[in-house]
Amino acid sequence: MSRTARVLPGFGLSLGYTLAYLSLIVLVPITAVFSKAASLSWPEFWSVVTAPRVLASYRLSFGASLLAAGINTVFGLLLAWALVRYRFPGKKLVDALVDLPFALPTAVAGIALTALYAKNGWLGQYLEPLGIKVAFGPLGVLVALIFIGLPFVVRTVQPILEDLDTEIEEAAATLGARRWQTFHRVVLPILLPALMTGFALAFARAVGEYGSVIFIAGNIPMVSEITPLMIVTKLEQYEYASATAVAVVMLVFSFLLLLAINALQTWTAKRTGRQV
Amino acid sequence: MAASASTGALRAQRDSATRFEANAATRESAWVKWSVLGVSLTFFVVFLLLPLVAVFFEALRKGMQAYLAALSDSDALAALRLTLLTAFIAVPLNLVFGVAAAWAIAKFDFPGKHILITLIDLPFSVSPVIAGLIYVLVFGAQGWFGSWLAGHDLKIIFAVPGIVLATVFVTFPFVARELIPLMQAQGKEEEEAAIVLGASGFKTFWRVTLPNIKWGLLYGVILCNARAMGEFGAVSVVSGHIRGETNTLPLHVEILYNEYSFAAAFAVASLLALLALFTLAIKSYVESKARTVLVDADHS
Repeated sequence: MSRTARVLPGFGLSLGYTLAYLSLIVLVPITAVFSKAASLSWPEFWSVVTAPRVLASYRLSFGASLLAAGINTVFGLLLAWALVRYRFPGKKLVDALVDLPFALPTAVAGIALTALYAKNGWLGQYLEPLGIKVAFGPLGVLVALIFIGLPFVVRTVQPILEDLDTEIEEAAATLGARRWQTFHRVVLPILLPALMTGFALAFARAVGEYGSVIFIAGNIPMVSEITPLMIVTKLEQYEYASATAVAVVMLVFSFLLLLAINALQTWTAKRTGRQV
Repeated sequence: MAASASTGALRAQRDSATRFEANAATRESAWVKWSVLGVSLTFFVVFLLLPLVAVFFEALRKGMQAYLAALSDSDALAALRLTLLTAFIAVPLNLVFGVAAAWAIAKFDFPGKHILITLIDLPFSVSPVIAGLIYVLVFGAQGWFGSWLAGHDLKIIFAVPGIVLATVFVTFPFVARELIPLMQAQGKEEEEAAIVLGASGFKTFWRVTLPNIKWGLLYGVILCNARAMGEFGAVSVVSGHIRGETNTLPLHVEILYNEYSFAAAFAVASLLALLALFTLAIKSYVESKARTVLVDADHS
């Protein structure tokens, strides 16, 4: 659109302000990470980001995040299904509380989960005698990541499920499909892009999560240290360059994931004709 | 819209279950229904409800007196003041940005719009720890402006300005991402009509745009505020943890917890949990309002 055709005022001002503020708060400070990491030579950088303790932290962070996102995809779909399709008492409350992980500060979630799963906690007292040690170990990391990721899946799938036309399932039923076949062959393919988007969002959030995890993880080197904690540990030892090197690995991964999420959302929008 | 589900974008509420349960083709057998409900609600109780209940239970474990004593402790009050101050600065900054960004993106066409939207979402995909780290690299003693700041006796890292900056970063997209899809969906015809009829730009925004976006705006602000008051990772990196000076409420919770003052830690945590419940209540209210607006629009 040419400038003369614009009726509304404020384009230059609002776009200029947006770009200036975005650069000042986000873009320029992020370049500091890359310029600081560049102060390391390539072999130095490589030895920092592939040190055994750091490698162990990637395995835990990415492994637990993938697992948590997978678990959330299954149970998030069930919860979204229950909220959209069934009437039951207390539904409004459940629907509102699904967003709790977005609103509850992560440190609060962290100490609450630790209290629940510690040896004498409400859940820990039954799990520890069975040999399942959740708090102060890798399982605790998983539990915290499930907590913070759940709403991403529910809130991505729920609107798609609500907008689903009953005609599609009626047609399937008329053609002789059983309920499970209809779900599996008709409904699930429609939900697939949204499920994958929810999975990716939950995964992206889990990889970077810090506050809720560090209280319950126990932070044992090589066993239950997450990658963001490695950055904090290095910072506390004033190893700025190596902290930054690990941060670069995480940032590059986050950028790639962000691109993937964008592609998934475009796909969802195309498939269902609505924005998520 | 990039990643807008991550804050639970504003939805119009309506109970769709009636429609699905009344139709034989979209109804499951009672056995399936109760299994799905049983499994999903158990998951909900174990992973969401129990942690919330545990906060209040642990907070009151030593009685009301200990609870009130923990809250009226001078370090707790200092942390509360800093948390309020931080949100008081960060939220309006990101509110102004959100409105400006949404105005530019929703009302005009320009190349690179899609990239701009993605970049606005960037702070959500960056680990909070890295959000703190970047400001340490810019303003810390070893950072770009470190020696200049030291020479002028200015302190940003391990001081209040650093805490505010880190908070602004992590809450950066909240208002913008609520407003952009909302204003894009509303188009620009109403504003164009107002301008053609002679209204000034400011008057058009105030009288035409603002009434249309007020619920989305309120929702974005509420979410932004909740995160600003509750941020832990980013603030932890830049704070320096000086009691009574650079401790926010979440950091104060951590200190008390690490000192094994569990009841006190949970008492302070319960304040933050109340804030979360308040946020969710406002969200439900706004969604029911948005629904009324949508229903009205359907009828007119």
